[in-house]
Amino acid sequence: MRERLTRALHERGDEIADRWVELQMEQALLDTDIGEAELREEADALIEALVPGLQSGVPVDRVVTSSPGLHEAVVGLSMRRARAGATPTATSLAVLALKEALLKAVQRDTRDAEELFASAVFMNRLLDVAGALSFETYVDGREEIIRRQSQQLMEQSTPVVRLWRQVLAVPLIGTLDTARTQVVMENLLQAIQDHEALVAIIDITGVPTVDTAVAQHLMQTVNAVRLMGADCVISGVRPSIAQTIAQLGIDLSTILTRATLADALAAAIKLIDGPGPDGDEGDGR
Amino acid sequence: MALPGEFTLASRGPKKPSRTDGRRPPAPASYPVRTEEDLLTVRHAVRAATVEVGFGLVDQTRVVTAASELARNAYVHGGGGTVTLEYPRDPRGRRGLRLVVKDEGPGIADLDAALTDGFTTGSGLGHGLGGARRLMDEFSVRTGPGEGTEVVVTRWTVR
Amino acid sequence: MTGQPQPGVPILRLGDVLVTGLLNELDDRTAILFTEELTERISAEGARGVLIDISRLEVIDSFVARTLMELTTVARLLGARVIVAGMRPPVAITLVELGIELVGVETALNPEQGLAALGWRQAPQPLEGARRGTAR
Repeated sequence: MRERLTRALHERGDEIADRWVELQMEQALLDTDIGEAELREEADALIEALVPGLQSGVPVDRVVTSSPGLHEAVVGLSMRRARAGATPTATSLAVLALKEALLKAVQRDTRDAEELFASAVFMNRLLDVAGALSFETYVDGREEIIRRQSQQLMEQSTPVVRLWRQVLAVPLIGTLDTARTQVVMENLLQAIQDHEALVAIIDITGVPTVDTAVAQHLMQTVNAVRLMGADCVISGVRPSIAQTIAQLGIDLSTILTRATLADALAAAIKLIDGPGPDGDEGDGR
Repeated sequence: MALPGEFTLASRGPKKPSRTDGRRPPAPASYPVRTEEDLLTVRHAVRAATVEVGFGLVDQTRVVTAASELARNAYVHGGGGTVTLEYPRDPRGRRGLRLVVKDEGPGIADLDAALTDGFTTGSGLGHGLGGARRLMDEFSVRTGPGEGTEVVVTRWTVR
Repeated sequence: MTGQPQPGVPILRLGDVLVTGLLNELDDRTAILFTEELTERISAEGARGVLIDISRLEVIDSFVARTLMELTTVARLLGARVIVAGMRPPVAITLVELGIELVGVETALNPEQGLAALGWRQAPQPLEGARRGTAR
């Protein structure tokens, strides 16, 4: 059975690849920008990898997973589909369509019904594993993309803007969890160093609720800013949030807070132009 | 001897070429903590390891600081010990750095208290154990009176 | 890295301000020697201010933090104000996550601003706003 298939792959490799590409195009489920040329390339690589895989002598249902070349071809193909936004069904079906292409090639060499049946069973056992692997890889690939995107989104959603000479502002939008706090601190502190900023305004207008955890994260950020030698003003404290803070008994008394960003900017400018943040009065100001 | 990370990898079937960057993780390495100079050596080794694993600057600082706290604990309270660096990989393919800090000292009698900030029996701020826990992603400690102490901490790369 | 005793950390004097900086390879013994020497100099020279540049420090653990806090307390008792300048962002983040606040320690973005806070200025105060805005 293996020999028959190997021979078919050798003699009719091109034909199989053509048919496979054709089937995938027909499926039309593949609503992505993966072009015919790319499909053909994938097909050639996979078919080429099938030959040594089949000759390795491992049980048929383990050929795909134990042959490095074959494994890589299936994983690579599935990853590309995942990245290109194909559906998982389309991805699995694409791999499984190879069965039909292979069977067609075998069919040209033999008309014996029993042999054809045996070939079909063999191919099912060989390629169902590939379908499963493809699906698993696809899911992993999407997860990786989601993880990367959420990280990027987090980094992009905490822009640090320069409002004034030596005054920076970070508008916070959404909740402030530990991961987010780390990103905010990292961006803000780097910007303070780059701009030699003396005051950082953290605007929480876009933060829906402030609970103990959020307040703690705010305190951490303020403390880190102070360790750098700059000062912090928190703006956008709505009445409802002020009430919550009071009711929770959270102590933000060491932090300068203002209702609006404009008030905070005024306070920040006063901090810079007035007696320095360290209170070095005595210069007659 | 297999790394713990290799177990998780093996349980997922064959290697995933798309995830590995071709390099094998370095073998685990152990460093003694017997003198104050050893503390510096450990910091150097951990810094180099964080760079090797691919941590960003802030994560590098977190891990080196945690290592410094734990190594100092082993030196001050445990009468010396060892720091072992391991390079695990989690099921999702992320790389990590694991520190195993072991001493043969008197052990920690009250672990909960030791994990509370401000608890100290030596020369620090009492932030050693609790601080290391906050700086790392995973934290476990095995100790008891007269049994010595083993602290295992791990930090994972973001992706 | 070696066990060689390191040369002490240099401490410069600018008027009534002592200026010094910590190097990255700060081991415990150097830290203790540094504290002792600085304390003696504050007392002997009647310094009113101390500027410590920590921009080279890549790691501040609880031991170094404690050293800085103790130094600040001792200096204050001797009548001098300590400003720690130039902490790196990753160090600040790590300290906060460690749960250390450096209570009582004043900070500045860089040595220039630290010196300014200690009363050293390149120009009289009224001109300073203009200088900041134009000549950088």
